[in-house]
Amino acid sequence: MQQLLNGVFLGSIYALFAIGFTLVFGILDRLNLAHPAVFAAAAFIGIELVTLGGVSIWLAIPLVAGIGALLGLVIERVAFRPLRGRPDAHFAGLISSIGLAGMIIALLLWRYGPDTRRFPADAFPATTFEVAGARVTLLQVAILAISILLMVGLTWLVARTRLGRAMRAVAENPRAATVLGIDVDRVTATTFALSSALGAVAGALFAMNVNSAQLGMGAAIELKGLAVIIVGGMGSLPGALVGGLLLGLAEVFAVQYIGSSWRDLVAFGMLFLLLVVRPQGLFGSRRVREV
Amino acid sequence: MSEDILTVEDLAVSYGRVQAVRGVSFTVPRGALVTLVGANGAGKTSIINAVSGVVRPSSGRVTFQGKDVTRTPAHKLVRQGLVQVPEGRQILASLTIEENLQLGGWHTSGGRTEEVYDRFPVLRERRRLLAGSLSGGEQQMLAIGRALVAEPSLMLLDEPSMGLAPKVVDEVFRVIQEIRAAGTSVLLVEQNARRALRAADHGYVLASGEVARSGPGAELLADDAIVAAYLGLETG
Repeated sequence: MQQLLNGVFLGSIYALFAIGFTLVFGILDRLNLAHPAVFAAAAFIGIELVTLGGVSIWLAIPLVAGIGALLGLVIERVAFRPLRGRPDAHFAGLISSIGLAGMIIALLLWRYGPDTRRFPADAFPATTFEVAGARVTLLQVAILAISILLMVGLTWLVARTRLGRAMRAVAENPRAATVLGIDVDRVTATTFALSSALGAVAGALFAMNVNSAQLGMGAAIELKGLAVIIVGGMGSLPGALVGGLLLGLAEVFAVQYIGSSWRDLVAFGMLFLLLVVRPQGLFGSRRVREV
Repeated sequence: MSEDILTVEDLAVSYGRVQAVRGVSFTVPRGALVTLVGANGAGKTSIINAVSGVVRPSSGRVTFQGKDVTRTPAHKLVRQGLVQVPEGRQILASLTIEENLQLGGWHTSGGRTEEVYDRFPVLRERRRLLAGSLSGGEQQMLAIGRALVAEPSLMLLDEPSMGLAPKVVDEVFRVIQEIRAAGTSVLLVEQNARRALRAADHGYVLASGEVARSGPGAELLADDAIVAAYLGLETG
């Protein structure tokens, strides 16, 4: 039971990260590889806000989301917008976003140094609960609640609101969206801001969950995020949610029952098997993408 | 001049080194139905896209309701009342019919949606279905309906009869006449030249990116030389 819960907590963070990732991919058909750098930056900035700024961790989360949104606007402006007219814009954006990710990590190294950073010991609430014999901290409950809330909110936004409709219109046919009076540039920038805000919150929550932030944490979650969006079905929000949870559970159980060095082998092996059975992903459509 | 809702002067459009439109001028008087006809590649769609701000003209001037809008982006022109029904309909197949109409009313209250449903009852019946499930003719009605929700003062229609059965083409032209009768100015681009000229107050015949002839629609149609030279291959 304890392991199940731990897996759910970890998985919900993966899901939050992957949902931001897949939002830009599904709507704009762009893979933003600076997303993991936002994840790492948010962890360090969150720790600094709490340590030096004396901000409570509850306030740090919305602040980090705001900073993430700003980073998203910068990423769109610097790494994607100048390239959008190129025939190879997908690939060019992918490469330029890797470059931008490298710059963000270099800035983090310059400001925070190479060492692991932690939240101050008294930053976390001491409250714990018993759930069916397992021990759960208030922080873990909050992580789960925040993740679920953000994911439900995002799904609602995409499905029901004016902005969501515009996002789906841009996703399907940017030309048609323009003709309808939609400012495609603005919708694109907003999508990046939302995506990066989610990635940033995921980074801050991840750092709280394990109480550490490392420069390599973005790179470590990058492949997992990609695996989750492929397994979930490219661009599918519920797919990213289920895929993230599956990955979190697989990792925790692999560590518990097989050994920590087997973690990635088991987790990725399972995702791989899933793809063999269902090549289009859990929630993906069979539609072949037109090039 | 102030009676013209749209004035296009010496418009040129190039794609790289290919010049698609070479110095075209025409006007749309307020409340009129004006058509641009010509064969494939005559530059019709390029003109529509340049006027509606989707592509940048390389030179020339576009004046809409007295304002120079040559460099105004498409999404702002929609807000000012210049709305395009694009070639190939460009409906959003993965969204529902209702969502397509709501997007048409992006800048308005969307209050015209009911009016559009009254005009096209088939759209109301299927409002919750994906737009991709409609037939070609119904998709064209949705594309026109979507433009109507935006409350245009000038509607640009690019090849609205393309790929449709003759009976459906009749309906499309009937709807265009109704829209015009309700006070909206219309600029119609068509390969189906006979049909378009018969419906229009004024026509321009385009060839290789230039205006070859212009005049009242009926007059152009009556001129055997024009029909033979420019419209000969059309099956009206």
